[in-house]
Amino acid sequence: MPDQLLYAIEAGLNGLMAGVLYSLVALGFVLIFKASGIFNYAQGVLALFAALTLVGFQNGQIPFAHLINAVFGTDLHEFGWHLPAIVAIVLTGAVMVGLAIIIERYVLKHLVNQAPIILFMATIGMAYFLEGLGDIMWGADIKKLDVGLPQGINETIDTVTFNALGYGFFIDNLDIVASVVAALLVISLTIFSQYSKQGRALRAVADDHQAALSVGISLRFIWVLVWSIAGFVALVAGIMWGSKSGVQFSLSLIALKALPVLMLGGFTSIPGAIVGGLIIGMGEKLFEFFVGPMIGGATENWFAYALALLFLVFRPQGLFGEKIIERV
Amino acid sequence: MKKTMTAMALALSVATPAMADLMVPNLSYRTGPYAPNGIPYADGFNDYFTLLNERDGGIGGEKVVVTECETAYNTEKGVECYEATKGDGALVYNPLSTGITYQLIPKVTADGITLYTPGYGRTSAANGKVFANVFNYPANYWDGASIIVKDILSQNGDNIQGKKIALVYHNSAYGKEPIRTLQELAKKHGFELVEIPVDHPGQEQKSQWLQIRRDKPDYVIMYGWGVMNAVAVQEAVNIRYPMDHFYGIWWSGSENDVLPVGDGANGYKMISFHGTGGDYPVYADLKAHVYDAGKAAGDGSNPGNVLYSRGMYAAMVISEAIRGAQAAAGHSNVTTAEVRDGFENLNLTEERLTELGLPGFAQPIASSCADHGGPGTAMIFQWDAGAKKWNQSSDWISADADVIDPLIAEDSAAFAAENNIAERCN
Repeated sequence: MPDQLLYAIEAGLNGLMAGVLYSLVALGFVLIFKASGIFNYAQGVLALFAALTLVGFQNGQIPFAHLINAVFGTDLHEFGWHLPAIVAIVLTGAVMVGLAIIIERYVLKHLVNQAPIILFMATIGMAYFLEGLGDIMWGADIKKLDVGLPQGINETIDTVTFNALGYGFFIDNLDIVASVVAALLVISLTIFSQYSKQGRALRAVADDHQAALSVGISLRFIWVLVWSIAGFVALVAGIMWGSKSGVQFSLSLIALKALPVLMLGGFTSIPGAIVGGLIIGMGEKLFEFFVGPMIGGATENWFAYALALLFLVFRPQGLFGEKIIERV
Repeated sequence: MKKTMTAMALALSVATPAMADLMVPNLSYRTGPYAPNGIPYADGFNDYFTLLNERDGGIGGEKVVVTECETAYNTEKGVECYEATKGDGALVYNPLSTGITYQLIPKVTADGITLYTPGYGRTSAANGKVFANVFNYPANYWDGASIIVKDILSQNGDNIQGKKIALVYHNSAYGKEPIRTLQELAKKHGFELVEIPVDHPGQEQKSQWLQIRRDKPDYVIMYGWGVMNAVAVQEAVNIRYPMDHFYGIWWSGSENDVLPVGDGANGYKMISFHGTGGDYPVYADLKAHVYDAGKAAGDGSNPGNVLYSRGMYAAMVISEAIRGAQAAAGHSNVTTAEVRDGFENLNLTEERLTELGLPGFAQPIASSCADHGGPGTAMIFQWDAGAKKWNQSSDWISADADVIDPLIAEDSAAFAAENNIAERCN
C-alpha cells in the first residue's frame, strides 16, 4: 500500500476518534435543546466547572479558599485528603445535580413561556457566572487531571498494523476509551429515554410541552432531570478533554468544536450528534492532511464550519434533525 | 444633593492617586483562557512594586501606584485599558500581549509614553532609531529562535546540514514572528525548516503531531501560548518524541506547560532570559515585607515560578529605568518624557543586580538611543519532572547578530517608510 494512503487512513481514523470527543460535548447541547428548546451557551463552561470540581474533590482542595483567606486572614488551602477517582466522580455528579436544581429554581422557572432568545441570553449569563464561580471556588491555575485513564500510543494497534502494512498506526489510548465511553453513554441514554418512565416523560416534553403538561408531567422536574443529565455528560467531556490538556479555563472553548457538529447532525438528535462528530472529525483531519500543506495548514477550525455550512445548504435541519413544517 | 456631591468628591479623591505618585498601570489578564499565565506574571509584577513601596518607601521617595486593568488577553480590551489609564499620568505600559503591543505602538508614540515589552511584542522595536518609545530588551522573538538553533548546533558539532527542524507555532502574529528568522538560519546552516501552525486555542493538535510522527524532524521548536503548550507537550509524549529534542520559546516554558503532563514531560527544554526559582536573596525581603505582611498579590502559590519571575523581572527593569530617570532629571516626580529617557539610558549592571538581591538573575543591559533591544541572550533550562523544577542546562547564549540585525533593520525601515518616521540617533 502506498505510504500516502496509509497516512491518510491513519489521519482518518484519528479524525473519527477526535470526532467522538466533539460528540461528547455536542451531546450536552442536544439533550437540553431537545427537552426545552434552549440552546445552552453554557455547555462548555459546564464541562469546565465539572472538571474543576472533580479535581478539587480529588485533591482535597478547599473551595473558596482564596476568598476565605482574604476575608478572614486564614491560611487554608487543602483538607489534606486525596479521594479515589470514582468517589470524586460521584461527588461531582451530585454537585452537577445540585447545580441543575439551582438553575431550574433561580433561572429557568422565572423564564417559562419566554421567547427562545431570552432563554439563550440567560444561558450566556450563566456561562459567565459559572466561569467566575469556578475561578473563585477552585482558582485559575492549571490542574492535572488523573482519573487513571490510559494515554499515549496503543501498542497493539501500532504493532499489528506495522506487521501487516509496514507502517504502525498511531491511535491514542485515551481516544479509544473516549469512544467506548461515548458508545456506552449513547446506549444508556437511549435505554433511559425509551424504557424508563422519566425518559418517556422527557420525550413527551420534547414533542409537545403543552400536551405533556396537560397529562400531568412536571415541566420543572423534567428540566432538572435534563440539566442533570447534561451536567453528567459535561463531566464526562470534561474528564476526557481535561486529561489531554490539564484542567484550565480554555476548556470551556471546547464548545466551539461542538457547534459544527450540531449544525451538521441536527440540534435534536442524539445519533445526529455522534454521526455529526464523526463526519466533522474525519473530514477536518483528511482535509488538513490532503489540502493543509498546500495552503499553509491550520485548516481544521474553519473547515469544520465550512463543512457544516455545506450540509446546512442541502439539509437545514441537519442530518438527523426534525423537519419543522409550519402551516398557516 | 449636597451630601451626594460631597460623597462623590470624597470617593474621587480616594480613587485618584496623588499627582506625585509614580503611575505604572498593569494591563493584566486574570480571567479567560490565558488567565493561568497572566496571573503569576501580574502577581510577580505587583509584588515587586509592593516590596519597593513597603521596604524603601517607593522609588526615590515616590510611591509607585500599580493600577490593574483587566484585558483578558483581548486586544480591544487592552486598548480600552490604555485609553482609560493613560490620563492618570501613566509612565510606562507592559501589556503582556503582542496583539495589544502592535495596537499601542502608534498610540504611545503619539502620547510620548513608554511601552516596555520584554521578550514579546514587535521584534524590530529593538531599533531605537525608528521606535523611540518602545523597548523590548533584554531579548526578542528572533533572538530566541537563533539561540535555540545555536544550542542545537552545539549539540551537533556545529553542523546541522541536512537536519530537519519543525516549528510548531501559535497561528497568530506572535507565533509567526520567528518564521523569517528561522528561514534565514535554515539557509545559513543548511537545515530543512518545517512550519506547522496550530490555531487558537490549540486544544486539539492531533493532525500536527501525526505530521511530526511521519516527518520525523530531528528537533521541534515551539512558539505557543496558553493551553496550546501543555497539549503539544502531551502529544509529543504520546508519539514518543524525544523530549530533549523539543524546545519551547520562553512563552512555552512555564510550569503550566509541563505539570499537567506529568512524568512524560521530563527533559523538555525551554529558553529564558532570566533565572527561575525562589533562591534569590530578594525573596527574603519579599517574604518579610510582602508575603508575611499579607500584602501579596496572589495566593502564595506562584513565587519563584517562571512567569512570576518574569513579571518580577519586568517590574525590576521598569523601576531601575525610573530610578535612572530621577537621577538624570534631578527630581523624583518624573514625567513620561523623563522616564522614556530613563529607559533609553538604562545601565543595569551585574553589580546592581546583586544589590537588588538578584545576582545572576539576568544579563546586564546598556541601552542607548539606537539599541532598545538589549543583549539578546538567554539560557536553556530543562524540566525535571521528578523534582518538578527547571534546571539550567546552559550558560548565557547570545543570538546570531549577523542574521538578526539585518532583519531588524529591514523590518524597522519598512515600518518607518509606512509611517513617515525619520530615523533618530544620527
